[in-house]
Amino acid sequence: MAEAAHRYDETMPLEYRTQESRLNILGFWIFLGAEVALFATLFATYLVLFQRTGSGPTAKELFEVKDVLIETLLLLTSSFTCGLAVFEMRRNRLSGLLTWLLVTLLLGAGFITFEIREFIHYVHEGATMQTSAFLSSFFVLVGTHGAHVSLGIGWMILIIIQILQRGLTPRTARKVFIVSLYWHFLDVVWIFIFTLVYLTGMVI
Amino acid sequence: MKWSEFFVTGEPLIYAADVAIVLTIIGIVFVLTYFKKWKWLWDEWLTTVDHKKIGIMYIICAVLMLFRGGVDALLMRAQLTVPNMKFLDAQHYNEIFTTHGTIMILFMAMPFLIGLMNIVVPLQIGARDVAFPYLNALSFWLFFFGALLFNISFVIGGSPDAGWTAYFPLASNEFSPGVGNNYYAVALQISGIGTLMTGINFLVTILKMRAPGMTLMRMPMFTWTVLITSVLIIFAFPVFTVALALMTFDRLFGTQFFSMANGGMSMLWANLFWIWGHPEVYIVILPSFGIFSEIVSTFARKRLFGYKAMVGSIVGIAFLSFIVWVHHFFTMGAGPAVNSFFSITTMAIAIPTGVKVFNWLFTLRKGKIRLTTAMLWSLAFIPNFVIGGVTGVMLAMAAADYQYHNSYFLIAHFHYVLIAGTVFACFAGIHYWYPKMFGHLLNEHLGKWAFWLFMIGFNICFFPMYFLGLMGMTRRMYTYAAGLGWTPLNVVATIGAVLMGIGFIVFCYNIYYSARYGERDMTGDPWDGRTLEWATASPPAHYNFPVVPEVTDLDAYWAMKKNGSGYEVKEEQLEPIHMPSNSGRPFLISIAFFFAGFGLVFKWFTLAIIAAIFIILGLILRSFDDDDGYYISVDEIKRTERLARKGA
Repeated sequence: MAEAAHRYDETMPLEYRTQESRLNILGFWIFLGAEVALFATLFATYLVLFQRTGSGPTAKELFEVKDVLIETLLLLTSSFTCGLAVFEMRRNRLSGLLTWLLVTLLLGAGFITFEIREFIHYVHEGATMQTSAFLSSFFVLVGTHGAHVSLGIGWMILIIIQILQRGLTPRTARKVFIVSLYWHFLDVVWIFIFTLVYLTGMVI
Repeated sequence: MKWSEFFVTGEPLIYAADVAIVLTIIGIVFVLTYFKKWKWLWDEWLTTVDHKKIGIMYIICAVLMLFRGGVDALLMRAQLTVPNMKFLDAQHYNEIFTTHGTIMILFMAMPFLIGLMNIVVPLQIGARDVAFPYLNALSFWLFFFGALLFNISFVIGGSPDAGWTAYFPLASNEFSPGVGNNYYAVALQISGIGTLMTGINFLVTILKMRAPGMTLMRMPMFTWTVLITSVLIIFAFPVFTVALALMTFDRLFGTQFFSMANGGMSMLWANLFWIWGHPEVYIVILPSFGIFSEIVSTFARKRLFGYKAMVGSIVGIAFLSFIVWVHHFFTMGAGPAVNSFFSITTMAIAIPTGVKVFNWLFTLRKGKIRLTTAMLWSLAFIPNFVIGGVTGVMLAMAAADYQYHNSYFLIAHFHYVLIAGTVFACFAGIHYWYPKMFGHLLNEHLGKWAFWLFMIGFNICFFPMYFLGLMGMTRRMYTYAAGLGWTPLNVVATIGAVLMGIGFIVFCYNIYYSARYGERDMTGDPWDGRTLEWATASPPAHYNFPVVPEVTDLDAYWAMKKNGSGYEVKEEQLEPIHMPSNSGRPFLISIAFFFAGFGLVFKWFTLAIIAAIFIILGLILRSFDDDDGYYISVDEIKRTERLARKGA
C-alpha cells in the first residue's frame, strides 16, 4: 500500500480519490467476475436439470406469473433508485443520497418478501427442494440470488449508518459506490432468472 | 450421537495418532508458556498482515501437510508391497487414498505455491505489500482452519472415503454414510473461499501496484505466471464453490442434484468437479513454471530465452485448461464427437508446454551454469516432466484411453507431472528464496543429498507404475492376488517411496541444521539475482523498499547492477512510509468458520448458526473499522537501513 494508498487525486469523483479506493473498486469488479462464474454454474446446473422433474410438478404447472412480475418490477425499480442515489452522491447531496438509498432498501425488502411468499406457496403445494432435481436446482439458484439480495440489504443498512455518523467522505462514498455495483449486478442476474427460469418455464 | 461414533475407534494406528496429537498440543502449549511466547505469537504471527510472514506461515503448513500426505502415501505403499497384505482393510485404504489426494493437491501444493507467491510477488514488482493485506490474512486463516477441519476427520467422525474426486453416487449418503464426505464438502469450501480471495488479491496487486517503469512485458516470469494463475482461480473456484454447495445440500438437506432417483444426475458432479479440477491442476503447475524460469535464468546467468513466447504460452495453456475437462472421464460414454473434441484440445496443450520446455533448454544453452540445489531441482524437472507430459498425450487419445483409464499408468502419469512439476518447483523455490524468508541459506550439501534421494526415489517409485498399469493393475485397489505377476514391480515402487521419505527427512533436517549453522546472507543477493527481490535486504525490512525502485528493463535488478551499483538509497530521498495495521479479526473470523463448518459436518445446526452469527459480527466490525494504518517515520527507516547496511 505504502504512501501510494493515500495518494489523493482531486480531479476524480469522490469515491475514486484515494489509491486505496481505486484498488478496492477494481478488486470488487473482479469479485463480480467471480460471481458471474458462480451464477453461470448455477444456471448451467438448472438448465441441465430443469426438465428432470421426477414425480414432482413441472415448471409450467408450478410458476405463478403475478408474484414473479411484482418481484421483477420491485427489483428493477430498486436498481434505478440505486442509480439515483449514486447520482445524488456525485452532486454531493447527502439528503438525496440517503433518501434514494432508503427507497432502494425498501424495494429490495419488498422483493424478498414476495420471494419468500412465492417459496412458501410452492412448498404448500408439495413442491420442496427435496421433491425433484428440477426443484432442487430451482430453489438453490433463485435462493442464492435471494440470499445475495438479503445480504445486500444488511450491507446497505450498515453503510447508511456510517454515512449518518461520518457524512460523505472518500471512504463512505466508495462504500456506496461498491454496494451500488453489487446491487446492479444482482439486477442483471435477476433478468437472467426471469427469462431463463420463469418465462422459459412457462412456455416449455 | 454416542462418543464411540464421535471418535474414530478400533485401529491401533488411530490410537497412536490420538496420543501423538494430544502430546503435540501439550508440547506446543508448554513451550509457548515456558518461554513466554504467547504474546509474541499473537503480535508477530496470528495478527500479522505482512505478506512475507503470511507466506512463511503458508509454507510451514504446506510442509506439515506434505508430511501428512506423505505418511498416507507410505501407508498405501506398505499395503501394496506384497499380495494379500493385511496391513490396512479396504475401508481404511479408501480413506487413506482419499485424504492423500485431497491433502496433497489442496493443502500441500496450493499453499506451498501461494506461500511463495506471497513472499516473492510484492518484492518482484517493487511493492510494499499486496493490494489487500487484511484480506490476505483472512485468506490464510480460512485456508488454515479449512485444512484443520479436514485433518481432524481421521480421529473425529471418520475420514472421507470416496476418492479425492468424490464421484456421485458413491459420495452420496446412501453409499457413503457417516460424516467423512461432509468434512470433504465443508472443509474444502472454507479453504476454497480463502483461495478465491487470494486470486482477487494478487490480480489487483499485480495489475495496479507495480513499480514505476515495470510494464506488463517487463514483469518477471514468476509474476506473469501468478497473474495468469489468479485469473484461473477467479474463474475456476466459483465452479467448485457451487459443486461443493450442491454436494452439501444433497448430503445434509436431501436435495436431488446428484441422486439416483427423482431426476438427479450423478454425471453432473463429474462435470462440475472437473470444470474446476482441470484448471486447478494448471493453478498448481503455472506458478511452478514461473519458479523454474526464474531459477534457470539466474543460474545460467542469462536472460530468459523467448520471454514473449513464454508469456504467450502460459496464456494459451490457461485458455485451453478450461476446455479439456471431459478427458478425465472419456470412458463414461460421452460419445465419439464429444470425446474427439476434448481429445484434440487436450493434445493441443502439449504445444505451448513444448514451447516452454524448449525455451528453458535454450536459456541453458551457452549459459554459465551453476549447479546449486535450486538449479538441480529445476534441471531434473525438465526430463521428468516431459515423461509425464508425453504419457499425458498418450492418455489424451480417447480411444486408447479405454485401455489406460484408471490404471496405474494414469497414476504414474499424474505423479510425474505433479511431483516433477509442482513438488520439484516447491523444493527449488524454497531453496532459492530461503534467504529472503529467513536471512540465511539452506545448506547446499544437505540440499543436494535430499535432492538425489528424492529424485531417484521418485523415479524408482513411479516409473514401474507405468508398467503395472499396462499389466492391468487398476488404481484404488487395496490388495491383489499373488499370481498376477505384479509383485516385483510393487516391491520396487515401495523401495522408491521409502527413498522419497528419507529425502524429505533430510530436507527437514536441513531446515534445522541451517537455522543453527547456516550461512548468513549479508548481501541480500546471494545468487547474483536478476529481479527486484534481490535488491532488498535478507530478510527484507517490514516495508520491503525504503524507496520504490525505478524499473528500466526486464531483469530490473540485473540492469541496475550493470548500469551502476545496484539499488541505492540516498537518505534525502526517504519519505514516511504508510503501512497497514495488524488485526486479529481474520484469525477470529476464521475460527468462527471452523466451528460453523464443524457444526455442519455433524448437522449440529445450533452450533453452526451461533458460529455464523460470529462471522457476521466480524464482518460488521470490519465495516465500521476505520483504521487507516500507520506511518513509519523517516528516522526509523534510516535506523533500519543503516543497521542493514552495517550487516553488509
